[in-house]
Amino acid sequence: MTRFVKCWLGVAATTATLAFGGGQAFAQKELVFGLQCDRTGPTANVGTVLCPGYHDYIALVNSKGGVEGYKIKVLEIDNEYKVPPAMEAHERFKKEGAILEGLYGTPQTAALNKKLEEDKILGTSPGFGTASAADGKRFPYTFPIAASYWSQGGAAVAFAKEKLGDLKGKKVAYLFYDNPAGKEPLPILEDLAKAEGFELRTFAVPAPGLEMGAQILDITGRYKPDFIITHLFGRAPSVSIKELKGKGFPLNKVVAFVWGSAESDIIAAGGMGIAEGYSTMQFAGVGKDFPVIKDIEAMYKAQGKPAPKEMDSTVYYNRGVFIAALHVEAVRNAIKAKGGAAPTSEDVKKGMEAIKGFTLGGFVPPMELTAADHEGGGWVQIWTVQGGKLVKAKDWFQGNRPTIQKHLAADASKS
Amino acid sequence: MFHRESGVFKTTYSADMALYPLPIAKWTVVVLAAIFVVIIPLAVHEYYLSILNLIFIAIVGALGLNILVGYTGQISIGHGAFMSVGAYTAANLAVRLGLPFWITLPAGGLMAALIGVIVGMPSLRIKGLYLAIATLAGQLIIEWTINHVPAISGGAQASIEVGRPSLFGVSFNTQGHLYFFLLFFAVLAIVATLNLVRSRVGRAFVAVRDQDIAAEIIGINIYRYKLLAFAISSFYAGVCGVLYTYYFGIANYEQFQLIVSIDYLAMIIIGGLGSVLGSIFGAIFVTLLPIAIRIFMEDVGSLFFTQAEMANVISGLRLGVFGGLIIFFLIVEPEGLNRLWRNIRSYFRVWPFSY
Repeated sequence: MTRFVKCWLGVAATTATLAFGGGQAFAQKELVFGLQCDRTGPTANVGTVLCPGYHDYIALVNSKGGVEGYKIKVLEIDNEYKVPPAMEAHERFKKEGAILEGLYGTPQTAALNKKLEEDKILGTSPGFGTASAADGKRFPYTFPIAASYWSQGGAAVAFAKEKLGDLKGKKVAYLFYDNPAGKEPLPILEDLAKAEGFELRTFAVPAPGLEMGAQILDITGRYKPDFIITHLFGRAPSVSIKELKGKGFPLNKVVAFVWGSAESDIIAAGGMGIAEGYSTMQFAGVGKDFPVIKDIEAMYKAQGKPAPKEMDSTVYYNRGVFIAALHVEAVRNAIKAKGGAAPTSEDVKKGMEAIKGFTLGGFVPPMELTAADHEGGGWVQIWTVQGGKLVKAKDWFQGNRPTIQKHLAADASKS
Repeated sequence: MFHRESGVFKTTYSADMALYPLPIAKWTVVVLAAIFVVIIPLAVHEYYLSILNLIFIAIVGALGLNILVGYTGQISIGHGAFMSVGAYTAANLAVRLGLPFWITLPAGGLMAALIGVIVGMPSLRIKGLYLAIATLAGQLIIEWTINHVPAISGGAQASIEVGRPSLFGVSFNTQGHLYFFLLFFAVLAIVATLNLVRSRVGRAFVAVRDQDIAAEIIGINIYRYKLLAFAISSFYAGVCGVLYTYYFGIANYEQFQLIVSIDYLAMIIIGGLGSVLGSIFGAIFVTLLPIAIRIFMEDVGSLFFTQAEMANVISGLRLGVFGGLIIFFLIVEPEGLNRLWRNIRSYFRVWPFSY
């Protein structure tokens, strides 16, 4: 028995050395960022463009000497839009000493909220997760850092009002993907319908959202709305554009939420030409006309390489750059606050909560993140298809902010 | 394979069917217990514990599905939904009534068993592909119901946050604590299944699987046993859902969609239908392989690819290698990893005198 025990103690000791020794091989001046991504799952059309944008911005920062002298190492893990791999990814990031992580996916964000808080690691979920995560007191380590579906709902109604003049007595259709994310803006829309005096009818599209002939026929043939707000994911936005166009509905009376708004959605519907007038909501700048995008192009040129093809899909690519830029800015604030010392994740959280007036030349909204507001104010832009490309129709604005704040307050008091 | 069996003679049926066929098997269990209860939690980094935790949860679900598919021969594509039934039952009880996990966990299992029996009723009249479609319908109906009934789902978000499980004032809130919590239920599920399949009920399941008409003729009430199989299997699925809920701290039906049902079917087919060890192998294989491929590629891939290419290459290769390995293992041994393991074992059993 003694030999047996010795043997196992030996095995245990070896395992322990391997397990604890492996994680300490960092260079001195290096910070680790974790990034979850979906390159092979159901939302791969977003992930394969968004994540290269993230990496390119980090590469740009590193090529200029890093952030306040610290180089950044990004560890990317593909969670395939599944929940268990997202948890595994989070634990891996923690093991590698990541000071923040970019989350990917709504159910994944929901599953990690609690863990992030327990581990005190900041996670960002732009365009994912629940609207109530904007409340920094309730979810201290989750940062939506972009307009939630509630804010988007408020903005959509504000845009409709601008288009139609007055909403009193008007009919508005809400076409949505039948999942929790799709239903999320409903309380806001219903509230605003009462306040503005318009009639709201909802049309649910069941997953996977590739077949919506019946709903579109119902909308265009029977309900005949004055305006349509769509909130769809994946391939569904292109189907909606195609169907609405086919039924002869004027696309300039349509506005899509942020996941129905990429160039690829419009091109898959039959090209920019047929979608003239289609309006989309954005939480990051669109197009290449920004200094930061030009810098990335210059970086590739300096390396003698062509700019990556993902760059042409500017909506998602720019969102990747947007996330990376806010991550870097938060870390910069944290390092400055510590006088140059390496920040911990809690410092980065404070750094993120100090972001204000960081716009990158109009690329990022004039958001102001605070300890209470992790959404930064819920800013969006509206871009419209005009003459074969997306053109900015409305600059950064917050639509119906008081209504959203009222709901956030009610939600906070409920929990 | 580490011991010799010579000199062990069995003289009764009960000795032949004992859980420990050899005296030394008891020592094997002691060693395994020591490894899992003492050595691993002390020696292994939290990250690896988190992977083990996911495997433990998957083992519970895979065992349940194997009782139905492997032992009783009834197929189900609705197990993801049964998990969500367990998850929401437990979450509602825990949040609205403030009940502790040792009540919500069996309650979630029982509710899933009830729903499982209802969804399993078509099995009394149809088999095979037809039953697969009937249970698929069950999956979709349950998903839709949870999505559209706020009384179950707790509002438009369809997600309910639950606190960490606690026992005697100790809250299981780190991966290390959750490791013991989940290990306990995984072991319980394994022991329960091992005993179930060598009981009267287990033999009846096997008889129904092998030939249901013959089973009926020898006096087995096949309606009763088919529904019992659905009930037990869904109970495991429900418990699996409750474990996911406590592990993630949230019940959310988007975690239990159709793809999850398919993943669990994949686990038991790769592992081996109709075997307890096969369910464990399958759960380990499906959970661990993608992670192993990624870690391998992160080290080796950087020799061949640039950093920017790596991300796409890893994701793509992982899918390809994962699919390829499944096909490879099933060609090498159609009865799954469990059979492969037994082949290896029986080879070494007589080694070096294999003739």
